[in-house]
Amino acid sequence: MTLGRDASRPGRWAGGDSLHGVSARDTDWDGVRLHVVTGKGGTGKTTVAAALALALASRGRKVLLMEVEGRQGIAQLFDCPPLPYAERKVAVAPGAPALPGGDVYALVVDPEEALLEYLEMFYNLRRAGRALTRLGVIDFATTIAPGLRDVLLTGKATEAVRRRTDGTNRRYVYDAVVMDAPPTGRIGRFLNVTAEVAGLAKVGPIRAHADAVQKVIHSPQTAVHFVTVLEEMPVQETLDAVGELRDHGLQVGGIVINMVRPPMLRQAELAAAARGAIDLDELTVGLKAAGVEEGRDIAGDLAAELAEHARRTVLERKERRRLAAAGQPRYDLPLISDGIDLGSLYQLATTLRDQGAA
Amino acid sequence: MTAPGPRTGPRQPAPRHHGQAATRAAGHSRLDIDRLIGDPRTRIIVCCGSGGVGKTTTAAALGLRAAEQGRTVVVLTVDPARRLAQSMGLTALDNTPRVVAGTDLAAGGSLHAMMLDMKRTFDEIVEAHADPRRAAQILANPFYQSLSSSFSGTQEYMAMEKLGQLRRADEWDLIVVDTPPSRSALDFLDAPARLGRFLDGRLIRVLMVPARAGGRAYMKVLSAGFGMVTGVLTKVLGAQVLRDAQTFVSALDTMFGGFRERAEHTYQLLQAPGTAFVVIAAPEPDALREASYFVERLADERMPLAGLVINRVHRSAASRLSAARSLAAAENLDGTRYPLAAAALRLHADLTQLQARERRLAEHFTSAHPAVPVTEVPALAEDVHDLNGLRVIGRHLTA
Repeated sequence: MTLGRDASRPGRWAGGDSLHGVSARDTDWDGVRLHVVTGKGGTGKTTVAAALALALASRGRKVLLMEVEGRQGIAQLFDCPPLPYAERKVAVAPGAPALPGGDVYALVVDPEEALLEYLEMFYNLRRAGRALTRLGVIDFATTIAPGLRDVLLTGKATEAVRRRTDGTNRRYVYDAVVMDAPPTGRIGRFLNVTAEVAGLAKVGPIRAHADAVQKVIHSPQTAVHFVTVLEEMPVQETLDAVGELRDHGLQVGGIVINMVRPPMLRQAELAAAARGAIDLDELTVGLKAAGVEEGRDIAGDLAAELAEHARRTVLERKERRRLAAAGQPRYDLPLISDGIDLGSLYQLATTLRDQGAA
Repeated sequence: MTAPGPRTGPRQPAPRHHGQAATRAAGHSRLDIDRLIGDPRTRIIVCCGSGGVGKTTTAAALGLRAAEQGRTVVVLTVDPARRLAQSMGLTALDNTPRVVAGTDLAAGGSLHAMMLDMKRTFDEIVEAHADPRRAAQILANPFYQSLSSSFSGTQEYMAMEKLGQLRRADEWDLIVVDTPPSRSALDFLDAPARLGRFLDGRLIRVLMVPARAGGRAYMKVLSAGFGMVTGVLTKVLGAQVLRDAQTFVSALDTMFGGFRERAEHTYQLLQAPGTAFVVIAAPEPDALREASYFVERLADERMPLAGLVINRVHRSAASRLSAARSLAAAENLDGTRYPLAAAALRLHADLTQLQARERRLAEHFTSAHPAVPVTEVPALAEDVHDLNGLRVIGRHLTA
């Protein structure tokens, strides 16, 4: 990361300090071309990966969004038919003023197809590969051979990162690659490619391939971002995995705090409400002033909802402090209560950009 | 033990009417958890669902409730949150069922819990079936080490293996299993068969040929196909890898003589009367979509589904005040001196909208699967990490 922008201030997405119109590239992850996005199940990892890809793709850039677990989550998000093992354009990112929008391509990586592609690319073995498929060799290799499956998936990502155009000026095909990676519980092992294949191949082409992949993953070109919500288990898993990746010498990226709900109460009221100390008379008078006729009748129920909200907010603040201790840039994304559609993806992408994540 | 009675399909208790009925789709049948855990014919409950929906907590809450109602229960959990594990006395990943202290034993039941150690479970199978020399050879093989510790299906397979062991031990009259945190709920059903297929497949027989034929003689009997396979494998993986694979496969082959059969046994256990699947979801599109797939898949496999638990459902006690009216009322207060009421009204509007959305999603599921009984557990402000928290969940499951 280059500039020490304070992306960690909570609530920036809600504030008015939008960074639209800043023309020079000035993000927390300048120089990163492979963005690995992980998170515990249920935290919105795929949604955040897609929003990040859109955010990175503005200003005429071209971004590849990769899915490695075959769930077709990207197709669902972008509302298109199931994606094949081929790079397809799924969205156009909005441009900044006077600059064209960029393109998001998507790819669902299938390990068997990736192995066949690898055999063809390096050994010219396309037909033999098909025969191997019939015998179950490919299935076996991608499932049981130690680490091979993961090295094929990460290998495809690093291939896309390094791929250049034909012709004289040989530019990178993709300005950035975003990988919707396995969940936090498996991310350390997934990315620790060389260690994984070490038991299998001490020398030889697989080992050489793994080493090449490892070099990209360990370079400053790669960052691993975490998605979490402000609950105890996802936060704990995030902190555990951050430590694990640091031990492996990988670059930890940002922590995206997803589904953030703005607090409805100020600090003093919040603490009181969390204790259940809510002035029912004050609430009833207020409800009457608002035109809610059944004020007294409903005040107790609303007070209970406020107390619950306050308790949750207090817990969320505690989790937020624990995340802050990890010392990584943090980005807030609001809860989208109506379900994620393409419109809300663009909104999340803008929010990420505004906070300097892309 | 008494033989489980025949059962032809999922239990469908008659809907019961009570205070919360309004939050569920009208006319939909309700999952009666107390009837499920109270029925002595229920011997195994498998909790499944996609990651992050609260499977482990639900499994633990079901186990505790059943034990406190008098059943002899063991909960097999795969990857519990640290504090929940500690509260159940699970401090070590040691494959041994431990008594859960603090369980109310007044009804004559008991509760054990254990955490699955998949590598150890696999090692134990090897040690039980092979002589010490061969076992050591297998345990040291890199293919075995990979298979037993990082193959994505092994955890699922070993959970099933352990379930079979616990069932055979017959020390408990109810086993509650928490399935591994697969990204996709379906991995749980597919992995054992897939692993079994590998270890007993056509490829294995191809790789086995040199070991069986021995020495150089095998060259003569080989088809061109085999030469091509080994040629490619040697080229891509290296000769050492191929030798490791062959050693591994031949060692396993002599030991098991039919891994697939083993996988089929576990499959049959899941289809047997006395087994009940409880599918768990959160009121979110992805989790409910996974739940739908799972429900359909269980029907295809003729595995008995008890019903669906929707966790973390938001409910408002004041739903007579609509979101629109609440929001309008809050706007009336803009610029006035009633910030508390304004906050309460805005919060209520959000909550009511969320509740309506969750109800739509649940109705989506129930209209596609009208025969599947459903129960709901409300979202709680705090995570569960003690037995009292589990009791609260248990009450909500049956409320």
